[in-house]
Amino acid sequence: MKGFSYLPDVVTLTLDVDACIGCELCCKVCPHCVFSMHNNKAVIADRDSCMECGACALNCPTRAIMVDAGVGCASGMINQWLASLNIRFKDNDTCC
Amino acid sequence: MTYIVPPGLYALGDPDEDSPVLVTANYKMSYDLVRRAMHRHNVWLMVLETYGINVWCAAGKGTFGTDELVRRIEACGVSKVVRHRQLILPTLGAAGVKAIEVVKRTGFAVLFAALRIEDLPDFIKNGMVATPKMRELTFTLKERLILTPMELLPGMKAQLIVGVPLAILAGFHHGSFEFYRFMVAFCIAVAAVVCGTVVSPVLLPVLPGRMFAVKGAIVGLTCSAFFVAALRASHSAVLTELLALVLIMSTISAFYAMNFTGSTPFTSQSGVRLEMRRCLPVMACAGMLGVLLLVVGRFIP
Repeated sequence: MKGFSYLPDVVTLTLDVDACIGCELCCKVCPHCVFSMHNNKAVIADRDSCMECGACALNCPTRAIMVDAGVGCASGMINQWLASLNIRFKDNDTCC
Repeated sequence: MTYIVPPGLYALGDPDEDSPVLVTANYKMSYDLVRRAMHRHNVWLMVLETYGINVWCAAGKGTFGTDELVRRIEACGVSKVVRHRQLILPTLGAAGVKAIEVVKRTGFAVLFAALRIEDLPDFIKNGMVATPKMRELTFTLKERLILTPMELLPGMKAQLIVGVPLAILAGFHHGSFEFYRFMVAFCIAVAAVVCGTVVSPVLLPVLPGRMFAVKGAIVGLTCSAFFVAALRASHSAVLTELLALVLIMSTISAFYAMNFTGSTPFTSQSGVRLEMRRCLPVMACAGMLGVLLLVVGRFIP
């Protein structure tokens, strides 16, 4: 994504090249073009652009891709944390 | 006002048995945007039950997902309406939909189209192939600006609980309450929220640092410097108060900037977790020190 990059070397994305059958589905579903094809196999070309949405891992037919998928949302995580402590606000302004 | 569209199969224009079938969420805005983009096209539109949530958020939760898609394909009878066996889904729905499972269970092939709804007509015209431009996410100034009211309004509401008591505290001077000082402090509290919820998102790509909290703290620090200069010029502030102003303003701005991570299309869960682990303790310390200085300032003549 041009002009934007988040923290480097932090995402949980892994690719087992040996298990890849070259279907290119990961390239098609990734909104950040993290993968590219090399010799009919997928390679992680732009790892730090990954936002861990999990679309590639879900759609990979051979489970060659693993990622701890989730939403990169601080307020969501704070709300989750508060909920785990049984703290709830009456007027909850959460978006999703 | 309800923002939910009943799930099911809709006809846009005058589709026949060879027309493409598009799939979307039952958030009214998603539905309306598809209708607007496909104006003058003859297509089928299958609306999934996502409980009024947009495609991207619903895919993350799994409601815009494989099971719901399979259920809806069977429930709406699309296989009797069209001859082909192909569905066009938004790319951002791929986080919830496993294409090979859908084809196995229903016979319908899933095609992930463009990222943006407005590219849909070109995608179809292009023979159902996405160009690199259709597959590239953007986060333009306009796209960022549209999101700021949803950050600003809850932030302002929260200031009634946090900002007003702090401003009342700051209003006490030499044992008496001065309304003027209260108003100045309240303006500072409001400005701090604006720094984190509007200025930081707008300046996002040009602000230094990778962490959103750092970006927000920089905006807060800069803004507080202006307030410090103005207050010093009016000879009405004590040193402890100025320090408290800088600390509290930077903390509030940093916190709201960090909350903006969820509104962007490029932050990862691991990244936000790391940012929160690093920045929340610093923010808590800075904020508490600021409040402490404000309280101590009341006892200094």
